[in-house]
Amino acid sequence: MKFLVCISKVPDTTSKIAFTDGDTKFDENGIQFIVNPYDEWYALVRALELKESLGGSVTIITVGGQADEPVMRKALAIGADEAVRIDAEAKDPGYIATQIASYAKDKDFDIVFCGKETIMYNNAQVPAAVAEYLDVPFISLATKLDLNGNTATIERDAQGGVEVVELQTPFVLSAAKGMAEQRIPNMKGIMAARTKPLNVVPAFDAAETTQVVSYETPSGKAECKYIDPENMDELVSLLHNQAKVI
Amino acid sequence: MSVLVFADAKNGKVIKSAFEAVSYGAKVGGGSCIAVTYGDVSNADELGAYGASEVVVAKSIADNDSQVLSALVADVAGQKGANTIIFSQDFTGKAIAPRVATKLSAGLVSGAVDYPTADFTIKKTAFSGKAFANVKITTDNRVISVLPNSVGAENTGGSATVSDYAGDVGVSKVKIIESKSAASDGSVPLPEAELVVSAGRGLKGPENWGIVEDLANAMGATTACSRPVADIGWRPHHEHVGQTGVAIRPNLYIAAGISGAIQHLAGVNGSKVIVVINTDAEAPFFKAADYGIVGDAFEVLPRLTEAYKKFKASN
Repeated sequence: MKFLVCISKVPDTTSKIAFTDGDTKFDENGIQFIVNPYDEWYALVRALELKESLGGSVTIITVGGQADEPVMRKALAIGADEAVRIDAEAKDPGYIATQIASYAKDKDFDIVFCGKETIMYNNAQVPAAVAEYLDVPFISLATKLDLNGNTATIERDAQGGVEVVELQTPFVLSAAKGMAEQRIPNMKGIMAARTKPLNVVPAFDAAETTQVVSYETPSGKAECKYIDPENMDELVSLLHNQAKVI
Repeated sequence: MSVLVFADAKNGKVIKSAFEAVSYGAKVGGGSCIAVTYGDVSNADELGAYGASEVVVAKSIADNDSQVLSALVADVAGQKGANTIIFSQDFTGKAIAPRVATKLSAGLVSGAVDYPTADFTIKKTAFSGKAFANVKITTDNRVISVLPNSVGAENTGGSATVSDYAGDVGVSKVKIIESKSAASDGSVPLPEAELVVSAGRGLKGPENWGIVEDLANAMGATTACSRPVADIGWRPHHEHVGQTGVAIRPNLYIAAGISGAIQHLAGVNGSKVIVVINTDAEAPFFKAADYGIVGDAFEVLPRLTEAYKKFKASN
């Protein structure tokens, strides 16, 4: 089985978010970058588990500049076999999906794994758009995946509950919590990652469809109003009369 | 401008988030829009009251497959000459909107929390709730998916003509083997919930969740939890709200025994009103709270449940 795992570089989850240049650019000053947790913990680890039990290969792919290579080495240290970096600015989700699909279309990947969304833009657009470009089914928010030959059985979060679905490879899926457990790379993996292939591919032609004009941070909350723990009638009354939410 | 709205349906009914998407679409369309839904729906005509002038129903489509539904939406958009397509950023919408945007070579803004400006710049959440981005769509066709509970559904009292979809959009390659309802008690799914009661490690063990559920049941609220509690298996994963769990925007979020780490706040700071109950007066969550109670959840939650029941009985 040939698996492709799409990864993104994102700010560490504990990062304080700030902007520069008149709130038009994300302030990377002092930010530690990581592999997007959904891509790493769930998509990549499940692909590796399947490779370990069924044989095959795991390729990771990202769209970005040289600054993305440290997080790619991390993914290689966890166990991916090779890495592909499409040398292009990650402009917008449609642009990124075009790059990934253009690379993948003649490579016969059985499953393309993505995280459900990045914790940076929360777009959740790339996985479904890649599936559309490749003209294959897409399974969103997968929490469990088993393979029997070319038949996949998948549990996914759906409207109002959980669905169990069955389909044939090839397809694209987006992974959510439950799919696998986070793996910490060991020293052997880190050493091996230094010599694994990291191929740089030139950008494909693609159009830009959206532009980030500016960013805003949420306006600060008014001071918290403290209520006597003995007096929950007061809280209920405030929620009804002042906040008007009940 | 001609606006088409995808209205998701489940178990024979157009779902709640679809009414909000139609209201949004009608506003963008200058008063009205066209809606498209699927399956054996009994309440398609109700979308008229929320601004749909016409509802197209594809009765032959039973499942929520993204390939089939995106083909349907793109085909109806072509038939009706719609250049702006609206989705709800819910389970089904997330899977279809990017496919439709790709088919129509359209820019897509997902997770919109406000209406577009004249030049189609739209405010959306980013950095998992820690910020907003204003994103401009630069293509002729446009797709917007609206975050549930961001603009609300507005009943404007109109009516819609309902017609059957005539085309053929192929068959799903995905077979649904089983459909399990997550909320066996029939409560509203977290992303759509207006009232949420949540608890964390301060509850000390899964056996103590009765007091959380009692309050949720009394209020008709949905229960949620913090990440550590889901990770150690006290509560199911789908209840985990936060940066790596579900992001929610209820009207009221009540958090008991949760300290309020930055990752948790990211998933809940879209809530209109936050109530924090914690024994530790220094808990960071109080900085994000509208109302704070420094006290023991084991005493405060039952007291709040009683106070709510008393209020409910007299209102």
